[in-house]
Amino acid sequence: MTEKTMVKGNEAMAEAAIRAGCRLYFGYPITPQSEFTEYMAKRLPEVGGSFLQSESEVSAVNMIYGAACTGRRVLTSTSGPGFSLMQEGMSYIAGAELPSVFVNVVRGGPGLGDIQPAQSDYFQATKGGGHGDYHAVVLGPGTIQEAVELISDAFDIADRYRTPVIVLADGMLGQMMEPVIFGKYRDPDSLPDHSEWSLTGAGKREPHKVTSFNIDPYELEKMNMRYQAKYKEIIKNETRYETIRTEDADYLLVGFGTMGRILGSVIRQAREQGIKVGLFRPITLWPFPYDQLKKSAKGKKYVLDVEMSTGQMVEDVRLAVGDSLPVHFYGRTGGVVPNPEEVLQALRKHTEEAE
Amino acid sequence: MSVLTTFKPPKALSGKEFTYCPGCQHGTVHRLIAEVIDELQIQGRTIMVAPVGCSVFAYEFFDVDGTVAAHGRAPAVATGMKRALKDSVVFTYQGDGDLAAIGTAEIVHAANRGEKITTIFINNAIYGMTGGQMAPTTLLGMKTSTCPYGRTVENDGYPVHVCELLKETGGIAYLERTTVNTPQDIRKTRKALRKAFTAQLKGLGFSLVEVLSTCPTNWGMNPIEATEWLEENLKREFKVGLFVDKVGDDQ
Repeated sequence: MTEKTMVKGNEAMAEAAIRAGCRLYFGYPITPQSEFTEYMAKRLPEVGGSFLQSESEVSAVNMIYGAACTGRRVLTSTSGPGFSLMQEGMSYIAGAELPSVFVNVVRGGPGLGDIQPAQSDYFQATKGGGHGDYHAVVLGPGTIQEAVELISDAFDIADRYRTPVIVLADGMLGQMMEPVIFGKYRDPDSLPDHSEWSLTGAGKREPHKVTSFNIDPYELEKMNMRYQAKYKEIIKNETRYETIRTEDADYLLVGFGTMGRILGSVIRQAREQGIKVGLFRPITLWPFPYDQLKKSAKGKKYVLDVEMSTGQMVEDVRLAVGDSLPVHFYGRTGGVVPNPEEVLQALRKHTEEAE
Repeated sequence: MSVLTTFKPPKALSGKEFTYCPGCQHGTVHRLIAEVIDELQIQGRTIMVAPVGCSVFAYEFFDVDGTVAAHGRAPAVATGMKRALKDSVVFTYQGDGDLAAIGTAEIVHAANRGEKITTIFINNAIYGMTGGQMAPTTLLGMKTSTCPYGRTVENDGYPVHVCELLKETGGIAYLERTTVNTPQDIRKTRKALRKAFTAQLKGLGFSLVEVLSTCPTNWGMNPIEATEWLEENLKREFKVGLFVDKVGDDQ
């Protein structure tokens, strides 16, 4: 199908999951993602799938664990407070190496916060969230079209590496409408085969055991080393980013997701005002494109990282560029989205300082 | 000389050596579950979910596909499995801390939804694995390492009666409380387990068998004293008997 459909972000991502062959959803309503849950409740029975509204996000994530044990594609969607409740399960899922997809439509925090768009769950998504030495792959879409495509990729990455994958959206992406071209329907029977390890009832084969548990520290260390080897592969194969007009730029903007998209407008306006600026937009937030950013930043006069938070990804930006050039930060938080003019002001200020 | 073996371990046990203390009744209940799985010929499509607690290794002891859930979450994990694989037979094995404290929400809602899974609930009124702390089912006046002066209503509230709590939920198809203290009790428990699995196989809803069990180590008794203590104290607080049976006679 190549025609464009005007659709709300939450519903677009839900439809993308169904087209990716996902037939299992467990979740709990929370603003600003509830349309995702509602869409699945309506659509999954139409395609022979199973929808369940769980009693909590704690239960939802464990239902994901159970469903993922069977090797079937499974997904949940939530927002910050709900995702916090899922962190226990995320850790178990990472340890038991269960392919699964999580969408966090981030809202303002901490605590109950509000229901407006934010990016302040970056640390939680990229640096763990749950206990233990683990990572989840984190994808940060900038548009609804990209979110639709990344949902599909999220399932493929989850299957390929037996890992949880987080799509880190925000309230803006979830709530706005845009024209979208959906991908083809994937037949659930044609999806990657997990019969080597999945729990399906042993039949005539030897029973399978799926667990994050090993009481022997040497054996548990080995399991951890296996995860780490997998993470190395993911870093090597799956790191993604986008650059816009970085080659001739004097200054480099960095931002992801909705902020990355807004920075696209900033670049145009800045160049009209004679500020030659380019954009580096990480698409995988874990693995973070450290080397690629370092390369893009080389020879620039400064980097300005902009986020809908008080500065979280900026720590990774600083790790990437080191002391080679100044890294500035501009952010709004609590559900406030910086507008292009604010960013332009910050750009003008830092440019004056640099000249 | 040929030897005729007339008493064999059930096929659904893996043969791995149990990790339980002498006099603990987990082993007896494991064996009964395995016998029922053999009898119903469901070994090949059974998936088990072990808990966190003394039976954390239970998924290794059964010769079926298995996993171990986060503490208290086994009914949610089992729900995910069963919804994904409707023809499978899924059971959880949980202790009193796992099921009646940290996992209260999960068990109540799985039962209320009539989730087509089976739960075996071991109630020995104490936390075993962590070394004898108070359980939600610890009796009033009973001393544990976290109620060293005895459990009081003022500080800790009352022992939780799981069967009495669950029997009012709409989704329950089979619910019974038993013990495995005597040969007669063991036969009754075996029959209850068979009915509980049959409830699942017939798609009637959620089934649970609560087995009052001994923990000689953490009760500070020898195994014989523990069975006597169970008869005199645990059974007085938690009445054995059948609470819900939608399975009927036909097996």
